[in-house]
Amino acid sequence: MRGRPWALLLLAAVLAAAAAAADIPEADRRSGYELMSPELRAMQDDELSNPGMFSVLDGERLWQEPGGAAGTACAGCHGDAEESMRGVAARYPAFDAALGRPIDLAGRISQCRTERQEAEPLPRESEALLALSAFVAHQSRGLPIDPPDDPRLQPFRARGAELYQTPIGQLDLACASCHDDNWGRRLGGSTIPQAHPTGYPLYRLEWQALGSLQRRLRNCMIGVRATPFDFGAPELIELELHLMARAAGMAMETPAIRP
Amino acid sequence: MRTLINVPKTANKGEIVEIRAMIAHPMETGYRTGENGVPIPRRIIHRFTCSFAGREIFAADLFPAMSANPFLAFTTIATQSGSFTFTWTDEDGTTQSAAAEITVT
Repeated sequence: MRGRPWALLLLAAVLAAAAAAADIPEADRRSGYELMSPELRAMQDDELSNPGMFSVLDGERLWQEPGGAAGTACAGCHGDAEESMRGVAARYPAFDAALGRPIDLAGRISQCRTERQEAEPLPRESEALLALSAFVAHQSRGLPIDPPDDPRLQPFRARGAELYQTPIGQLDLACASCHDDNWGRRLGGSTIPQAHPTGYPLYRLEWQALGSLQRRLRNCMIGVRATPFDFGAPELIELELHLMARAAGMAMETPAIRP
Repeated sequence: MRTLINVPKTANKGEIVEIRAMIAHPMETGYRTGENGVPIPRRIIHRFTCSFAGREIFAADLFPAMSANPFLAFTTIATQSGSFTFTWTDEDGTTQSAAAEITVT
């Protein structure tokens, strides 16, 4: 009997802590880069030691390669990616008027491929789509993330923010439970980062491959034993919208290295 | 074939130079399964060599425990201008190679 008030107090404290979950102040924002070892940072910085560059180079080749029934290459319309794609990835996801919802960079590349090149769509997480996304995003390396303030994106971004705060899975954890409230601490052997999507698609040592933000989000969902959203699901794009807004102003790092 | 080679473009005679070589390769152990439980066939680079002016200056044996996209760094003494040749040999005998020039003054 005597234990119960304590239990209630504890519960109240836990709930208060959960309710207090606030955004990370701007001065405390850290890219996952800053939480890595100096060796991994060096690996990311040197373009000749960064295995993500293999995909960027592949993407550069694909950019020039004519494809589909239209027989045009990406370069046929967009020209020199160094100019035309500079800063583009830093502004995605963007609102697509025809679809009536936001679209991410990989989705846009795939859309361009089916509609303009009249080619087979590239499946999510395929090497070719990752390579093109990495190549396009690499053109924004070092530029600040600059989410568009298109009012049509607002409801989707708000839904992303809500998803970010919603506990999911058997472990009943929200993104914010780890990445806002416990960043910098350890989960198993790994440092919990703040979940800023600065370097996607990125080369994760655990994957021994380049992967997209959606793959990473799905990993976390599986980690908390929730059913992950499918690749390309609107919810994942809404989350990306929120994460990009949260990371506004931080420098793009594509292709980043992460443990 | 995709490789990233880092050799200094120029060096002084007698200088110790660092050479870094990376190749895109899955280093697949053969123990993993892919979609629907189908085994992914083993694919391993087992030998790496670097030669300068036709003479082998560095070699390494690689094993399945090494990660994908193996990265090797080593040093040598710059003696004369010339070309480094890098060769990666798979267990099935296929080889891939790359070259890089150095100017020694």
